Amino acid sequence: MSSLYAIKDHSSEKRLFINRIVAAFILVSLLTAGLVIRLVYLQVAGHEHYSSLAKDNSIKIVPLVPTRGMIFDRKGRVLAENRPSYSLEIIPEQVSNMEDTLSRLQKLLDLSDEDIEQYQKLRKRQKNFISSPLLVSMNEEQLARFAVVRPYFQGVDIHRQLVRHYPYSDLTAHVIGYVGRINEAEMKDLPIAEYRGSSHIGKLGIESSYESQLHGKTGYAEIETNVQARLLNTLKEVNPQPGANLYLTLDIDLQKTAYDALGSFNGAVVAIDIKTGGVLVFVSRPGFDPNPFVVGIANDAYQALQSSENQPLYNRALRGLYPPGSTIKPFIALAGLEFEVINAEQKFFCPGYYLLPGVTHRYRDWKKGGHGAVDLTRAITESCDVYFYRLASSLGIDNMYSFLHKFGFGEKTGIDLVGEKSGLLPSREWKRERKNQAWYPGETLITGIGQGYLQVTPLQLAKATATLASDGKVMTPFLVDKMLGTQSTVLGIEHSAYTIPLKQEHFNSVVRGMINVVHSEHGTAKGINKNITYQIAGKTGTAQVLGIKQNAKYDENSIDFKYRDHALFVSFAPVDDPQIAVAVVVENGGHGGSVAAPIAGEIIKQFLQENYEN
Amino acid sequence: MKTETRHEQFEAPSVLGTMLRRLHIDIPLFIGLLLTSIVSFVILYSAGGQNMEVLVRQFSRVALAFALMIILAHVDPYQFKRYSSVLFAFGIILLIAVLIMGQIGKGAQRWLELGSFRFQPSEMIKITTPMMIAWYLAEYPLPPRTKQLLVAVILIVIPTLLIAKQPDLGTALLVASSGAGVLFFAGLSWWIIVAIVTGLAALTPIIWHFMHDYQRDRVLTFLNPEADPLGRGYHIIQSKIAIGSGGIYGKGWLGSTQSELDFLPESSTDFIFAVFAEEFGLMGCLGLLALYLLIIARCLYIASQAQDSYSRLLASSLAFTFFVYVFVNVGMVIGVLPVVGVPLPLISYGGTSIVTLLAGFGILMSIHTHRKFS
Repeated sequence: MSSLYAIKDHSSEKRLFINRIVAAFILVSLLTAGLVIRLVYLQVAGHEHYSSLAKDNSIKIVPLVPTRGMIFDRKGRVLAENRPSYSLEIIPEQVSNMEDTLSRLQKLLDLSDEDIEQYQKLRKRQKNFISSPLLVSMNEEQLARFAVVRPYFQGVDIHRQLVRHYPYSDLTAHVIGYVGRINEAEMKDLPIAEYRGSSHIGKLGIESSYESQLHGKTGYAEIETNVQARLLNTLKEVNPQPGANLYLTLDIDLQKTAYDALGSFNGAVVAIDIKTGGVLVFVSRPGFDPNPFVVGIANDAYQALQSSENQPLYNRALRGLYPPGSTIKPFIALAGLEFEVINAEQKFFCPGYYLLPGVTHRYRDWKKGGHGAVDLTRAITESCDVYFYRLASSLGIDNMYSFLHKFGFGEKTGIDLVGEKSGLLPSREWKRERKNQAWYPGETLITGIGQGYLQVTPLQLAKATATLASDGKVMTPFLVDKMLGTQSTVLGIEHSAYTIPLKQEHFNSVVRGMINVVHSEHGTAKGINKNITYQIAGKTGTAQVLGIKQNAKYDENSIDFKYRDHALFVSFAPVDDPQIAVAVVVENGGHGGSVAAPIAGEIIKQFLQENYEN
Repeated sequence: MKTETRHEQFEAPSVLGTMLRRLHIDIPLFIGLLLTSIVSFVILYSAGGQNMEVLVRQFSRVALAFALMIILAHVDPYQFKRYSSVLFAFGIILLIAVLIMGQIGKGAQRWLELGSFRFQPSEMIKITTPMMIAWYLAEYPLPPRTKQLLVAVILIVIPTLLIAKQPDLGTALLVASSGAGVLFFAGLSWWIIVAIVTGLAALTPIIWHFMHDYQRDRVLTFLNPEADPLGRGYHIIQSKIAIGSGGIYGKGWLGSTQSELDFLPESSTDFIFAVFAEEFGLMGCLGLLALYLLIIARCLYIASQAQDSYSRLLASSLAFTFFVYVFVNVGMVIGVLPVVGVPLPLISYGGTSIVTLLAGFGILMSIHTHRKFS
């Protein structure tokens, strides 16, 4: 590649190069002179200013961590608070004889050898002048003992900090969630300045979804410290802004009633204030104690929770997916009326099974001999499957899909909790996309009785029931009613609502059937109509866990508990002026009427007694 | 070795001189580097919390780097020229490999793992880029014509973008300036230089658009550190306090309170100049800058004495890049430039940059001690 087409002029190249070397040296000198000018500015002109900042004493900017906002229920009872906790910390640099100090402390405070060993490990990982904890939380006796001899322990000191505490423990674990130590992944996404000094962050539930409001705004202080890093003087302080206090719509009494009523069953209960959309009860049982998560849960304890068959960490109310069973029937009935494929008075004969044209498979009713001639009201009251097979068949999956979608099935309710599941409302397109199969007519039938692909969360059921109760008014359920900031300003939360345009008489027909579920002789939940002065509209449901073969018989007693049907119940009351909607799912509870309905009955009674004296 | 006998005729013979020449060592440059390394140990001992372990580790790295320098000084510059394009291509391939592995893993990826040995291709590229550009331009008459300029610009832009994507803004900047340095010394027209500088100023908003959030943060913080005293501004504020409180004569060795009490983050690495300025004051800073200036002057002198275009361009560009190192680091520590991850050359704690830097000086010594006299 040598120069064939151009001849190098070596002497001119050299001249040019020397020029450039000179130019470069001039540039380098000028830029260096620039650095020198800046250094003179800092070290001569600014010396006094910066010295006063550093002096023999030094200025340190320390973050002032805001106090995390508290969480209260609708009556002002504390659900999450900050409790003082005391730790014993050591600055190794200031301790003259570490071994001696540790052995004296061990004797004084009854520490185990493991405690000491753990501290020794921690100490090796940290710089000598950094304070590190020997004891994370001191009990009162340890506090008192150490306080007396404190002057004899140079470099050892008690540190006070606030630790998040949840007084209702497992009762509120799935709603409130908990805070835990910030992990590396979270650190990456956090605003560094805001979280300098903060050690904890909301991990789940309200603690997580309202993290920014609860956390508050970090302040800082410029403090002067001496060589021993002791505070001498505060030069400037920008106070932190404490986090907002949250007031929930939740009623802890009702919550407890629901939790206790579930007894030994696993399950979920959600109750919604129909007038506002506020969530009154949000129970997922079993719960778990969130308090160990705050200080850092021991690995084996965490493993035990994780591997427990009852899945206590699983938020059933928010994320549990269940076939709705017959609780879907009121909505299917409403769809039938709206699409005018039936009218309320029309009667159909139920022989105990339903046949699709050209198919030998018998779609069976839960009642072996059949219900005879049933109209819409009776079909709901007695939960006649054959009536709804026929109805579903006439509606078709497309109509069912579009109608159920309006009631919020198959999509998140939009509640102010993170991690909500959207359930599954099947459609032709969904099946084509997911399974690459056509939709079969038989699948339309079983969707009509709430089985098959259809899956709902307890929260969705409660929301849909509230929509039904308020004649089609759709409200986004919410937990946080108001936030109180530092300047005692109410930071209200806007809630939107809209109404599905449906005929009032259609609602009335369906509700009539639901009233009879509770208040008529043939009703599937007639057990809860005793001693009440108001009317409850409800619908029971039974969701199959196990598929039952054609001609086989389902015998509750003969099968394993975990394969028993789930019991469901949706309801609202009072019928003449609906206040509260309740959805109950009892896992492996058997029949909706006998297990799930009484739980709803109790909640309704307690709520109305208190809020709706008539 | 015929050339060596000629050396002896050219320069005053002495026993030590003969020995060092046999070693292909340039004495002024060697002394300058040695002095800087001693300064490094002195200040590292203080900045690293008087930790002997830190010192020992750094010493072994510096020893390794000096050894590499002497080895490279023995290589005939013709060999560097010959393998310039091969080494450059190899470096680019490694950079791409690192990027691909970075996408498989996550986050910033700068390392290539070869067994237990970790290798940072972007370090190698700091030297092979000016080698490549010098080799390419030296084939044609200088100053370069438009076509050669365009090719050279592309050759600079490729490694720069690959490194910026890692993302490692500091190294990308050094690689770009090492290539740009060659163009400058090759005689790039002053008009074009002025046009590029104005063009870059106009391009700022576009560059801003392509920056990572953390890079934007750094620029914003640089413009107004007091706005974010707990976040990014912390470094710069603490650094200025350390330097300013040093005054004219400094607080004396081990007298830095800012780094001692851990107020100054990264006091052993990128921000070590702040510790130096606090302990040795303006006088110390002037001394250190003078030492750097002498090294750069010697390198430029070596470039001016080089006998072919390739050697001239490479030597002068290496000298220039060394200055960019100093300027960017000191500039950021004293708060006149935004914070980019560039260490203080030969002084900051950390091995990779020292090895590359001394390799560069090894090439300079090779160029100077292999001259043929006519």
